[in-house]
Amino acid sequence: MSQADLTMGGHASVVAGQPPFSVPSKKMAMWLFIIADTATFAGCLVAYGFLRNATPNWPRPFHSITNVAVMTFILITSSLTMLLGVRAAQAARKAAALRWVFITAALGVVFALLHIREWLALIDEGMNMLHNPWGTGLFGATFFSITGLHLTHVTAGVIALIVVGIRYNTGRYKADDLEILGLYWHFVDLVWMFVVPMIYLLNLSH
Amino acid sequence: MTTAGEHKSGGMIQDLVVYVCILVLAAIQFVIATQNTDGTRIFFPMLIVAIVEAGLALLFFMHLWSEKRSFMWAAVIVTVFVLLAMQYGWTDSFRLYHGVQWAK
Repeated sequence: MSQADLTMGGHASVVAGQPPFSVPSKKMAMWLFIIADTATFAGCLVAYGFLRNATPNWPRPFHSITNVAVMTFILITSSLTMLLGVRAAQAARKAAALRWVFITAALGVVFALLHIREWLALIDEGMNMLHNPWGTGLFGATFFSITGLHLTHVTAGVIALIVVGIRYNTGRYKADDLEILGLYWHFVDLVWMFVVPMIYLLNLSH
Repeated sequence: MTTAGEHKSGGMIQDLVVYVCILVLAAIQFVIATQNTDGTRIFFPMLIVAIVEAGLALLFFMHLWSEKRSFMWAAVIVTVFVLLAMQYGWTDSFRLYHGVQWAK
């Protein structure tokens, strides 16, 4: 093979759009979204930390860790069930894959319901976006915005799990699509790992 | 057709081990929080545990460990740079807490 052939070959692979990281385009798009969304959540959490640190009478309204512990367990477990679904899909076990994906969606629904129940309890105690009975009103604004943003992601994830699961079952989507959706779901779980200590555990009333 | 992740990532045993590790780390966070009242003392231990948890999820649940190394480093370096750049304003947060005026 001549030098010219090598040069042409290398050039052709670039022109043909050979992915530099060997990552399929759909998966790359999801990773770019995750990196951008990381910045969104990090911005919210850093702003929250800034305000909490700068405010002397920051409220500590959480009396019990039971609810948030159960929510954490459910979300981490849903990551495992998602993994099992992806592995089943990669092994071409369609029924098992679909079952695990729907179990993941169900766990997401339970998580969202527990979250909403907790919100309603706090609202019932007199907390809203501007005021609360325990201290600075900033707490309600930051709590509802950060946990609300996370809850929105969980809700979107549940809808995506159902839609992609159904389309995987009908053959429109493949195992790779489930894997890409899995990345999103694990990211939602990952964000929760930072929300819990910052929003809940640092605000326990002892 | 198999994906790169399928070739290199571990099996179900690895998933279960990582799952248990993350659960244990989460439990450690709860123990730290219930046994200490001083927020300034427990913040960094809990943050470190959360970073380890997130690292495990990123590398093994999201299979970043089995992607091409250049991709893993590109994603990690860009993200960590952005996260570190966000820590810009902490000194002002402490200034506000102590009610100190702007320097003249």
